[in-house]
Amino acid sequence: MKALRKFLDKKKPLFEKGGKFAKLQSTFDAFETFLFVPDHTSKTGTHIKDAIDLKRTMSVVVLALIPSLLFGMYNIGYQHFLSIGETTGLMEMFVYGLIKVLPIVVVSYVVGLGIEFAFAQMRGHAVNEGFLVSGMLIPLVMPVEAPLWMVAVSTAFAVVIGKEVFGGTGMNIWNPALIARAFFFFAYPSKMSGDAVWISEKADSFSGATPLADAAALVDATPAQAESLMSGALSQTWDMFIGLIPGSIGETSTLAILIGAVILIATGIGSWRIMLSVFVGGYAMGAIFNLIGANPYMELIPAWQHLIMGGFAFGAVFMATDPVSATQTTRGKYIYGFLIGFLAVLIRVMNAGFPEAMMLAILFMNTFAPLIDHYVVQGNVKRRLKRVKVKA
Amino acid sequence: MSEVKKIKKGLDIKLIGKAEKVLEKADRSETYAIKPTDFPGLTPKLKVKVDAEVKAGSPLFFDKYSPEINFASPVSGKVIAVNRGERRKILEVVVQADAEIQYEEFKKADPNGLSREEVKEELLKSGLWAYIRQRPYDVIANPQEMPKAIFVSAFDSAPLAADVDFLLEGEAEAFQAGIDALAKLTDGKVHLNINPNMNQAKMFSEVKNATVNKFAGVHPAGNVGVQIHHIDPINKGEVAWVVRPQEVVFIGRLFQKGIYDVSRKVALCGSEVKTPCYFETITGASVRNILKGKLKDDEKIRVISGNVLTGKHIPEDGFIGMYDSQITVIPEGDKHEFLGWALPGLNKFSMSKSFFSWLTPNKQYRLDANLHGEHRAYVVSGEYEKVLPMDVLPVHLIKSILVEDIDQMEQLGIYEVAPEDFALCEFVCTSKIDVQDIVRQGIDLMIKEMS
Repeated sequence: MKALRKFLDKKKPLFEKGGKFAKLQSTFDAFETFLFVPDHTSKTGTHIKDAIDLKRTMSVVVLALIPSLLFGMYNIGYQHFLSIGETTGLMEMFVYGLIKVLPIVVVSYVVGLGIEFAFAQMRGHAVNEGFLVSGMLIPLVMPVEAPLWMVAVSTAFAVVIGKEVFGGTGMNIWNPALIARAFFFFAYPSKMSGDAVWISEKADSFSGATPLADAAALVDATPAQAESLMSGALSQTWDMFIGLIPGSIGETSTLAILIGAVILIATGIGSWRIMLSVFVGGYAMGAIFNLIGANPYMELIPAWQHLIMGGFAFGAVFMATDPVSATQTTRGKYIYGFLIGFLAVLIRVMNAGFPEAMMLAILFMNTFAPLIDHYVVQGNVKRRLKRVKVKA
Repeated sequence: MSEVKKIKKGLDIKLIGKAEKVLEKADRSETYAIKPTDFPGLTPKLKVKVDAEVKAGSPLFFDKYSPEINFASPVSGKVIAVNRGERRKILEVVVQADAEIQYEEFKKADPNGLSREEVKEELLKSGLWAYIRQRPYDVIANPQEMPKAIFVSAFDSAPLAADVDFLLEGEAEAFQAGIDALAKLTDGKVHLNINPNMNQAKMFSEVKNATVNKFAGVHPAGNVGVQIHHIDPINKGEVAWVVRPQEVVFIGRLFQKGIYDVSRKVALCGSEVKTPCYFETITGASVRNILKGKLKDDEKIRVISGNVLTGKHIPEDGFIGMYDSQITVIPEGDKHEFLGWALPGLNKFSMSKSFFSWLTPNKQYRLDANLHGEHRAYVVSGEYEKVLPMDVLPVHLIKSILVEDIDQMEQLGIYEVAPEDFALCEFVCTSKIDVQDIVRQGIDLMIKEMS
């Protein structure tokens, strides 16, 4: 590796101020620090530092997303061949999905990182690692049939409006990946709803409805319709858990998501408090609906089933836990998570227009995260003031 | 006896090179220095010129804004240099020591028989006052104030910290005399905080004139600020004083012998020391003779006066800090590491379990001064809370300091904290933020605004 180091040291002056490629300084720096951890040593304060940095943190999250990505690829193939009524081997299904998904991943990274590099250069600071995760999250919440240019536009919107206008990673108030999805959802609704978009090259005769869509249809179903819906996709709870259902690329498999969750919690990088409380919140709202039972949706879908349908689990594990847009205080995390789960199920059941409510619930709670933190902070302040009064 | 308060939030960083409890002889240091930079917020005024002859206990400089606080020479000899930095800021006042130390004479008396004013006067005159620090602000105590209590932490939980029982071996009487003197200075209690697993000496458990509190658990359990927070937290307008155990002994010696005797043991430790052990020396000594021949010289090293979390980087012929009882030597680590962030990291220490070193929880590490990453904006949350055993919201406090919001700083507990309490926060920070510096800035701002 000495040769590579020497090469970089030789080329470095070209990218520094006054050099030939000074306009690419941030880009060079990003690649250099990617290849080599810099030789910076502590100048003040603690002389030793924890080995962790943002590159490590973000790569652990990307690693945690890999099971969902791989399963998503397999499931794309599985759904495709199921819809056209062919049986093929596992490998063919996976390769089919790989070919479908890879371009979306590449577009997301190229567009997002391109913008990040440009902004870093403009502002004269280092490229932040945040997009390594966002760039992976965006494809995983897209429908497989999403046109690439729409993915590109959504990603660009998310990076510029969702993040850079606030000052870059660490400053944004909403989860950038969800901004991309929300933009896509509202700008190109026909490409993110209905039955056609979730299965690649679906045969027309095949229904292709997601369990979530079936569940939404329950709201004003007659008893007979309800019975037929309940015996369809909604009865296949194992398929839902494992993920063999139509849906966004990476969100279908609760199992793969749980593997990711274990990685995040075991390494201490994802907040278990948020994950747990999202699930608790979702279950609580589901259970309340079960008790009310005003329509077949409330009555027939058991509370736990909400947790494995649609993007609930994916949102809980990977989206709600984004430390920048979530609450920062320990107590706030419980409140924030609980309300996300609670609202997601509430919107799902009460508003048939938005069957996939997780995205909206998280964005909504992102908006309120600073408010929750504010009250937790005030609680701390009050405890301190009370101490004085007790003494006095 | 009180119950043991177990500190659960925090982190023990296990490093290679803990000092063996063996006292070795080193060549006597020829030069000694008092560094005004050891005292945050101090504006020193010199009392001596270069070439002046001084005795141990003669003032070298004093505090411009509290002229009664003197800073004394630790040895007798000749002032050979006043080293200055930018804008003529005084960095070091260096004294070349005589072969035999001549002492200034102070009153010899049993502190129990003296009044508060008499004790105070002796301490101020002799220069020992500089060893008494206060919270809030973590600066030298203001002699005009009455502290609500005085706290002494009898153990140090920092990485590779010196064993206080060993440091104070044979000093039981001086320690008790020091405690007696401190008891005169407050109308509240003197709290002696011990760790039953580390402090076995009878001088602690059978101390008179002080209340014994017991603490256990991970670092920063030994930080006096953390202990105060759990015993009797500081509210706005209150003041508590803190003294370290070796310095209690100095105070005791003053009253027992009538001299300014600041000789102490220091631990020489760290991965780059051949055989880590203890040395007998005097506060402010040059480390050159102590380090001579004791270091592994296969790599660029960093000598730290103090521990790796709060100590100061000193040159290899630099001087031991006023409050330090350990010298730590670690590799500098100013090297590039190929794909360092992606490696499994069996030799990397991290609070997170993202490196596989978590498989070996009892391993001792050889850590260098590399940052292991670059400065970033805050991204990760909840990290600091894991290592700060106080009811303080660390990140919110830090942000209030950064925006210089005095009210908010006050409400979030700036009076209760010292930079050293945030050292672990700085260590674990993924974004490599200089937390201790920020806290010190906040404290400086408070001092400015409140005076």
